[in-house]
Amino acid sequence: MSELLRRYGAPLTATFAALTAFWLLALVVLPYLYLFENSFRPYLPVVDVGGPKDVYSLDNYLTFFESPIHIKVFFWTIIYSSIVTVLCFAIAYPLAYYLSKVAKSAVVPTLFLLLLIPLWVSEILRSFAWFIILALKGPLNYGLLGLGIIDQPVRWLSGFRSIIIGLVYTYVLFMLFPLYNAIQSLDTNQIEAAEDLGSPWWRTHWRVILPHSKPGIASGAVTVFMLSAGSILVPTLLASTTSRWFTEIIQQWMFESQDWNTGSAYAFLLMLLCTVFVTVMMRVFRVSLADIAK
Amino acid sequence: MSAGVELANVCADFGNFRAVDRVNVTIKAGEFFSFLGPSGCGKTTILRMVSGFIDPSEGEIKIGDQPMQGIRPNKRPTALIFQNLALFPLMPVWENISFGLEVRGVDKKTRRDKAEELLRLVDLPGAADKAISQLSGGQKQRVAIARALAVEPKVMLLDEPLSALDLKLRQHMRAELRAIQKRTNVTFIYITHDQGEALAMSDRVGVMSQGKLQQVAVPQEIYNHPANGFVASFVGENNIFTGQIESMNGSTALFRTNSGTFRASLGPGVTTATSAKLYVRPEQTRLVEAPPPGANSIPVEVTDVAFEGNFINIQARNGDGRTLVVETRNDGSTAVPPPGSRLTVVFDAEHAVILADETAASPGRAA
Amino acid sequence: MGARKISRLLFNIYVAVFLAYMLLPLVIMGGAALNDSRFPSVYPWVGFTDRWFVELWEDGRMWVAFRNTIGVALAVVAMAVPIGTAAAILINSVGGTARSALYGFMIAPILTPGAVIGISTLLFWNKFSVPAGLHLSAIGQTSYIAAFVMLLVLARLQSFDRALEEAALDLGASHAQVVRRILLPHLYPAIGAGAAIAFFQSVENFNTTLFTRGTYDTLTVYVFSRVRSGITPTINALALILVTITIIGALWYEIARRRRQAHFDASAAQARREEEAEALPVAVAAQ
Repeated sequence: MSELLRRYGAPLTATFAALTAFWLLALVVLPYLYLFENSFRPYLPVVDVGGPKDVYSLDNYLTFFESPIHIKVFFWTIIYSSIVTVLCFAIAYPLAYYLSKVAKSAVVPTLFLLLLIPLWVSEILRSFAWFIILALKGPLNYGLLGLGIIDQPVRWLSGFRSIIIGLVYTYVLFMLFPLYNAIQSLDTNQIEAAEDLGSPWWRTHWRVILPHSKPGIASGAVTVFMLSAGSILVPTLLASTTSRWFTEIIQQWMFESQDWNTGSAYAFLLMLLCTVFVTVMMRVFRVSLADIAK
Repeated sequence: MSAGVELANVCADFGNFRAVDRVNVTIKAGEFFSFLGPSGCGKTTILRMVSGFIDPSEGEIKIGDQPMQGIRPNKRPTALIFQNLALFPLMPVWENISFGLEVRGVDKKTRRDKAEELLRLVDLPGAADKAISQLSGGQKQRVAIARALAVEPKVMLLDEPLSALDLKLRQHMRAELRAIQKRTNVTFIYITHDQGEALAMSDRVGVMSQGKLQQVAVPQEIYNHPANGFVASFVGENNIFTGQIESMNGSTALFRTNSGTFRASLGPGVTTATSAKLYVRPEQTRLVEAPPPGANSIPVEVTDVAFEGNFINIQARNGDGRTLVVETRNDGSTAVPPPGSRLTVVFDAEHAVILADETAASPGRAA
Repeated sequence: MGARKISRLLFNIYVAVFLAYMLLPLVIMGGAALNDSRFPSVYPWVGFTDRWFVELWEDGRMWVAFRNTIGVALAVVAMAVPIGTAAAILINSVGGTARSALYGFMIAPILTPGAVIGISTLLFWNKFSVPAGLHLSAIGQTSYIAAFVMLLVLARLQSFDRALEEAALDLGASHAQVVRRILLPHLYPAIGAGAAIAFFQSVENFNTTLFTRGTYDTLTVYVFSRVRSGITPTINALALILVTITIIGALWYEIARRRRQAHFDASAAQARREEEAEALPVAVAAQ
């Protein structure tokens, strides 16, 4: 604080502090606290709020724990988000390695630009694109039929597979860029040294490149998992009767039932899930919060 | 218009670490004063205290008889030349120079004219519209000086400005800086670890070590009559002998070492109780075949002769295996002895000084 | 070496396939906008038509959503850029545990699901009787978009030489002048990038907006509801337009980048030549 005053004088420091305080308090901390608090209060008509019926209880959370369907959906959401994360890693890693170590440096910015286009085009359109492709009468089926790989149109939009496909497409780039950054920072000499000492390519990756990329892997995994678990667009657009995503249940509480209290309890569970995931990742990969930020 | 700077019992503490310890010195108006010392001796801290970026923990700083307590850097009559110059990269040369005027509300035309005038002063005419990135090291130096001069400071503070330049350029810029100082008559406070620089450029030098001022004097005094062992060994070369004072006689004494007992001069504040050493400069020694009777002498064998242009540096070993350095001028007056010759090193008592390792108390406002 | 050539070839194939995987869906989606078929598809190809674009143009609700989206995005930029910049400057001058704590709070919204941000924003402001609407969407989006701006500005601050601030102070500038003339100009690239990122992040936001918008539409919500209710290729028309704009933007950026790179290389070479030329006469004179 004294450092700030010395550097910028009192009025400027006050301005900086005020803006930051507004952000952190009014936009971040207090709303989350309020969400947490609200999740313990019952859903009451407006007149009863603050009155004798407005007591703290775990009822909203019990609604979740006593509902086998909701628990199942939560469970599947975790499982499939994890699958998506792993798939994204498997797809993105070779490309990240290529971009940072193999490709000629003149080509890289252009390649990046091409890869950034889908990112800039926005999530809704990315999801929508696959909605069209995976339709029963869509181009994917037509292509496969035409190539003779299948002889009947496949119902892609069933079960979780369409959601997985959609999520992978939508979020793979969020795994690619942190991985790229991490591999970039590895001194190429190390790879060459390993090669020189006789290491086969897979071992070099396993023992040299992957360990170095841990911050990137953690960052990408956290981002992809969080986006997938919290995704609304993809699971809704590409869903079918047999697949439900946890966010859909939250939507139900908030919009259909107008029960914001139970909704906030469920939302808090989602947030808890993501926080746990981040913490686990930080432990497993031994990275700090700063490493995860882009 | 320049002003003197007075530091009275100035101390600077960083937590438990005392970076500057009771420094007392009065720098006269229009003087070129250097603080000389190794890294970490506190000279940079003093500069930052005079310019106002650090407040002294104790003591008082006055500029032109006005106490600077509580006055912020942007209100002090000082201008600081940073070690990395800190030129504003996003402004062209003339805007850099006139920045101090801009913040004082001077109009654009006057600023531009002043910038051009200063560019002529520092010998860079026509550079007004160049970008900083287009300048060489020496040119950037001069722009930094012009920028500082533009605000007409009473005191210029220079933080090792030449350390980043290569040798030839440094020598050239030394002369430049001195000339500019003489021309503008602004008080210059210069800090450096390069003794050659300090001695060559300054009216007076303050030698510092571990936060304390060891000696303040004109360059010849510093070199010829160092106040203590630190100053003697930091400035110039020495042959140093450890030993004990055997007896004192007025201003001379007998000093016993492993290489013999010698008659030498007593340095300031030296008593039999002080821990002291004997210092003899190489150029004050001679190599002779036979020593005159009663003179300080050490029999040696010449081990190495190095021809250094205008000086000849001779290394010789005595009976105990310690190496002595003798320096003679390359003017043909003495024969250059070949390695292996057995000769005697002799030196006079008046050129051999017994000095305390460090000054017990800071020197008063003197010299 | 044969092995190296083969691996290089495999990599190139992989990259090509990946790029196709990324871009083909967009092509198909765009292509359906031009196909005269009720259900958006590229195959079977019935015929070229622009009727979907016409329908899009005449869709009043789309225009309202578009206007709302731009409004919210501008509001988000107006809030997130000052907040993010102020936060970056502040956290840069703080050290130790305070810094880590602040940093953690600032990063938290990025790691929070958009739905959670939306719901908590809705609930919190509802307490102050602020109803749901576009203003809430802007506030909710700002909570995490400001963090992006903060990260960009903070990164740029690392390359700022603090001595410049001190030099300006030393020359007599007031604190406000120092910030305005020395610090902010250095930060402009990051602030500009931050504003652009804030704008586009806001436009494409869905999760947070869904819960905070009340009865108002933004483009993303509009597309979403249209797809759910009954799609026609008008959506594809909109998609094609947006994709085209993106590609044009990307091309423009690439050309500007190449030009800037060439200019930078040229002036760096020039400075080097001049430096060498300067050194010569000094070396001669010093002899």
